[in-house]
Amino acid sequence: MIEITSSSIDVNKVIATASSLGAGAVNIFIGTVRDTALDKKVVWLEYEAYEAMAVSETRKIVDEAAGRWELLGWGVSHRVGTLKPGEVAVVVAVATKHRRASFEACQYIIDRLKEKVPIFKKEVFEDGSEWIGAQPGPGAISEKQTGLR
Amino acid sequence: MKFTITSYGIAKDIVGDRKVVIETSAGTVGELRSWLLNSYPSLKDLHSLFIAINKEYAEDAVSLNESDEIVLIPPVSGG
Repeated sequence: MIEITSSSIDVNKVIATASSLGAGAVNIFIGTVRDTALDKKVVWLEYEAYEAMAVSETRKIVDEAAGRWELLGWGVSHRVGTLKPGEVAVVVAVATKHRRASFEACQYIIDRLKEKVPIFKKEVFEDGSEWIGAQPGPGAISEKQTGLR
Repeated sequence: MKFTITSYGIAKDIVGDRKVVIETSAGTVGELRSWLLNSYPSLKDLHSLFIAINKEYAEDAVSLNESDEIVLIPPVSGG
């Protein structure tokens, strides 16, 4: 299961989707909204997704993981919309025969998701807001930018 | 050619709308990026600006068709 949802993520549903009778391990990553960022108090977060491609890119990442570890089941759910501190933003669940592969595959999927999947987060503070990762800096692009991550 | 450009995140804020229709002589993804950076200079401040064509990240050499689904993808920050 891969889902982009504007409702609260049902963590147990993601775990159930991943679970397999052949699995000796289910590893779950739960990403939650922090109450501080950039030393400021976060009032809420806004996530938006290019949904069709968020799903297809997540699917590619799961396929990559399945090529490296024997996945017996998996589920990925990412929330969009307005989230308050403490709410669940993302859940990744992976089932494998033994625990080591479940840790590694779960970490791989969430790490790649954060690099590649077109989901965008805006942190809203008491005195303003900021799209995360987008700030100008020495890495800013030029017209010569080419290539893909 | 006329293209419909869809933007997300900070790119949407810079371009001004979720979807805009543009007219340009750009024929490739790289030429379109140059046109966009020229037309919306604030895009130059981003760490990255990828262009997706028909739901795939596209290399600069990819040719454009008017019917393509073209989406601007600024730095992603899911998770």
